[in-house]
Amino acid sequence: MGKMRLHDAGTNVVVIDPADNVATALVDLAAGTPLRWADGEGVTTVEPIPSGHKVALRDISAGDPVRKYGQVIGVASARVGLGSLVHTHNLTGQEV
Amino acid sequence: MGFAGYRRADGRVGVRNHVVVLSSVSCANGVVDAIGRAVPDVVTITHTEGCGRGPDDVTTAIRTLVGTASHPNVAGALVVGLGCEVIGAAMVAERARAGGRRVEFLGIQDTGGTPRTVEAGVRIVRDLLDEAAAVEREEVGFQHLTMAVECGGSDAMSGLTANPTLGLVADWLVGQGGTVIMSEVTEFIGAEDAAGQRCTTDEVRERLLGLLAGQRQRVKDSLGPFAHLVIAPGNAEGGLSSIEEKSLGSFAKGGHTPIRQVVDYAEAPVEHGLVVMDTPGSDVFSMTGKFAGGAQLLVFTTGRGSPAGSPLGPVVKVSTTTDLFERMPDDIDFDAGPVLAGRPMAEVADDLRELVIEVAEGRTTCAERNRTDLFAIHSAGPPF
Repeated sequence: MGKMRLHDAGTNVVVIDPADNVATALVDLAAGTPLRWADGEGVTTVEPIPSGHKVALRDISAGDPVRKYGQVIGVASARVGLGSLVHTHNLTGQEV
Repeated sequence: MGFAGYRRADGRVGVRNHVVVLSSVSCANGVVDAIGRAVPDVVTITHTEGCGRGPDDVTTAIRTLVGTASHPNVAGALVVGLGCEVIGAAMVAERARAGGRRVEFLGIQDTGGTPRTVEAGVRIVRDLLDEAAAVEREEVGFQHLTMAVECGGSDAMSGLTANPTLGLVADWLVGQGGTVIMSEVTEFIGAEDAAGQRCTTDEVRERLLGLLAGQRQRVKDSLGPFAHLVIAPGNAEGGLSSIEEKSLGSFAKGGHTPIRQVVDYAEAPVEHGLVVMDTPGSDVFSMTGKFAGGAQLLVFTTGRGSPAGSPLGPVVKVSTTTDLFERMPDDIDFDAGPVLAGRPMAEVADDLRELVIEVAEGRTTCAERNRTDLFAIHSAGPPF
């Protein structure tokens, strides 16, 4: 995808809607990286998050909805801790 | 606040002032192309429709052709037919004239064959071009602008950068009293709840959800046990975890305003605001339907790089990443990639809005300069 230069403010994730409980990484993030987005900060990754993938902004219990775009994109299939990767291993979407 | 456009007799406003030569049936394509070679300033539109279609598809084709010939971007049109067909040039021209523009027709059989029809057509279009040259732009409000939105060749970033940014521009235009048409309903699968919640009336909601249920069934019927492949391996590698996430990323390009109407393929909306048109996801059919329904310009987000344009109006190409913008600089008009570098999306959207207004007022797009015109009429069934 080419080199991306981060804005001076160090934004490294995007949170699309205030109701979202996940952010999406703008670049590859190593474990232990503090997240910064346009409206906030205060979460640190607990594992690597590849570019374009989601990271939990709060603890999500198994069976609870995962929200992005202000909408439910699936439910957590296991407990997801703050700062963890959220993807097909712990998120179940609907069947077609 | 508004834009400078070509006001037509029926009150609609064009962002371009084309003279169009259009075949009513595919048999006339050769004549249409020849007229275009003789008079390169005209816009030629050919297609593969004609006889041998079921009645519903004939209705769709007629509606699309009439919407094309009477489009507000068209100063005048010539429709060329053969003579023995159902979708007759005279009929299309007469219906298109209701739009207040001059629409002429020629039948190849009546005129005495190809070279004579070409000659007659060249005389007609030269006259139409002279008339078109006399029309000038005037200042009008944004309530006269209908923007179509499209995504094609999407990548994992489409739903993060280009589509939500375009959604902000859509919100702005609706706020100004304008109209936004989104379509590609196959890509709403997974976003039904979000879409249903946004409908203004029960009637609109029922119509939309009925459409989407049909789409979902088609996917199941055609993909069977592989229906989950609607979210492809490449999507998952890029970070997409569910069909909901993928569809919501696509749906974001329509913005946040209520869905006011659901229209058929190439049907002109009566409502202002955000409207959903029933088209497939395939770009050529989708763009054709939205333009024929009256959209004057179309904004098209792409991650992999699509060169697609339309003969009827400007297509503004928006890249999801700066990498694409730099890789295909003569096909992409606007880069939404700065969102990935942390630039506030609202600022990127302001810049895109400014470009859309400039394009409405005459600034050409890459697809217009490249003449990468695509036109194809949707049909539900195979030909006979």
